Amino acid sequence: MTEPGEIAVTSQLPGTFYRRPSPDAEPFVSEGDPVEATDTIGLVEVMKSFYEIQAEHRGIVGRFLVESGDPIEAGQEIAVLWARE
Amino acid sequence: MKVLVANRGEIAVRVIRACRELDLSPVAVYSEPDEEQLHCRLADEAVCIGPAQAAASYLNADALVAAALETGAELVHPGYGFLAESASFAAACSDAGLVFVGPSPETIRAVGDKAAARETARAAGIPTVPGSHGVVAPAGVAAVAEEVGYPLLLKAAGGGGGRGIRTVETPADLDAACAAAAREAGAAFGDGSLYVEKLLVGARHVEVQVVGDRAGTVAHLHERECSVQRRRQKLVEEARAPALRHETRDAIAGAAVRLAESIGYVGAGTVEFLLDRDERFYFIEANARIQVEHPVTELVTGVDLVKEQLRVALGERLSFGGDVAIHGAAVEFRINAEDPARGFFPSPGTVTALHWPGGPGIRVDTALQAGTKVLPFYDSLVAKLVVWGRTRAEALSRARRALEEVHVEGIETTVPFHLRLLDDSRFVEGAYDTTLLEDLERAPA
Repeated sequence: MTEPGEIAVTSQLPGTFYRRPSPDAEPFVSEGDPVEATDTIGLVEVMKSFYEIQAEHRGIVGRFLVESGDPIEAGQEIAVLWARE
Repeated sequence: MKVLVANRGEIAVRVIRACRELDLSPVAVYSEPDEEQLHCRLADEAVCIGPAQAAASYLNADALVAAALETGAELVHPGYGFLAESASFAAACSDAGLVFVGPSPETIRAVGDKAAARETARAAGIPTVPGSHGVVAPAGVAAVAEEVGYPLLLKAAGGGGGRGIRTVETPADLDAACAAAAREAGAAFGDGSLYVEKLLVGARHVEVQVVGDRAGTVAHLHERECSVQRRRQKLVEEARAPALRHETRDAIAGAAVRLAESIGYVGAGTVEFLLDRDERFYFIEANARIQVEHPVTELVTGVDLVKEQLRVALGERLSFGGDVAIHGAAVEFRINAEDPARGFFPSPGTVTALHWPGGPGIRVDTALQAGTKVLPFYDSLVAKLVVWGRTRAEALSRARRALEEVHVEGIETTVPFHLRLLDDSRFVEGAYDTTLLEDLERAPA
């Protein structure tokens, strides 16, 4: 759930959520990182294909609402961004 | 005697049917969201093996072995995908006193690593696509690439299902392609090692079905044509391959049997080749399992391949031999939960209405029913429509009739793509290669 000044990032696709491009890699972003709208914050695996989830807004990564490897529904909120100037 | 069916979807249903015909008792396994799936209902028992994600359920070897031991199953059939080509799963089954329905762990290892399989084929005197010997260290790729020549393919040694492969057109693209292929291979297979193959443009993908028994007999059931591929994913397969010279058919069948014999092959397997325009053939890989497209071979030979797998696993001899006669032509159309109008984008969802075709020459292998949830966690294949005719032309006219009868609501499927394919003159004439779909996708709808 989002508080005032927070922006939710959602996944349009259902599937399995990942925060890293591959198991041994660093996460795409971490809490506190500044992001642009086109930055990738995670992947969703749908029927063995991978799709990027973009931040969609300029902001700072506040917190993730889903653990890496968890199943997600279409439209589910994945992370919270704090707005930044 | 009980058989644990270590899979889901249409192949689990297919194995359950074979078990029934052999008077074996099928035991299904399921992930939590799969409890209502058809395979659970058709089996005598069903055991939950974990949560939705395949890594924690259908790929969980410990949970599968435990399910077999707990239910008193004596055989384990892996289907295709998931753990079907895992040497360590096959070994875990035999260590637990279970019969794995497939080749030995040693045989799976000999062909499971795709770079090692090339060496196995060369040792058996079978031509391979020009390329590296074994895997190549990242530092050595550029030198090997120069020797092999461009365009080339970078392939994951642990790959399969068309994943972990990158085409490289020029030396400038090599570094980025190496990184991408290794990353995809590492993510999908946990092994990022790569090998190099020359890209054969305009080649046909033809494979040979083999079956071996424990007495050391290996026989083939002729070839299948699998050149209708999108991004290295097969969409349509047929038996036999149209428009091949007799000598070519005999040569690839002989090579496939020779390879299988050289590694003491037991069970059903497939040896895949690329054929260039002059019908020179090159080994690409071998699959130590039942193949998705096995029904086309069943329809033209009359041999039930899954029953054959089970019988061989129980120690029986092959039920056929010699040059098995071919009757007619068969074509399989993969019905995937994908939207061909949106670049084959995945289309999970709940099926709200469903009708499958029937009548002469039609076989539908599926686990889909009205109300079934097509889940995003698993493969997009939801059904295989397989048609048979006395001639290829009859099979194709039945295909059109049957595809037009399919009615699925709630998800998008590849049916419209198949109907369009049936309008393509190269496909209809049987004069196509692996570039067919690239051309079809470039053409306006």
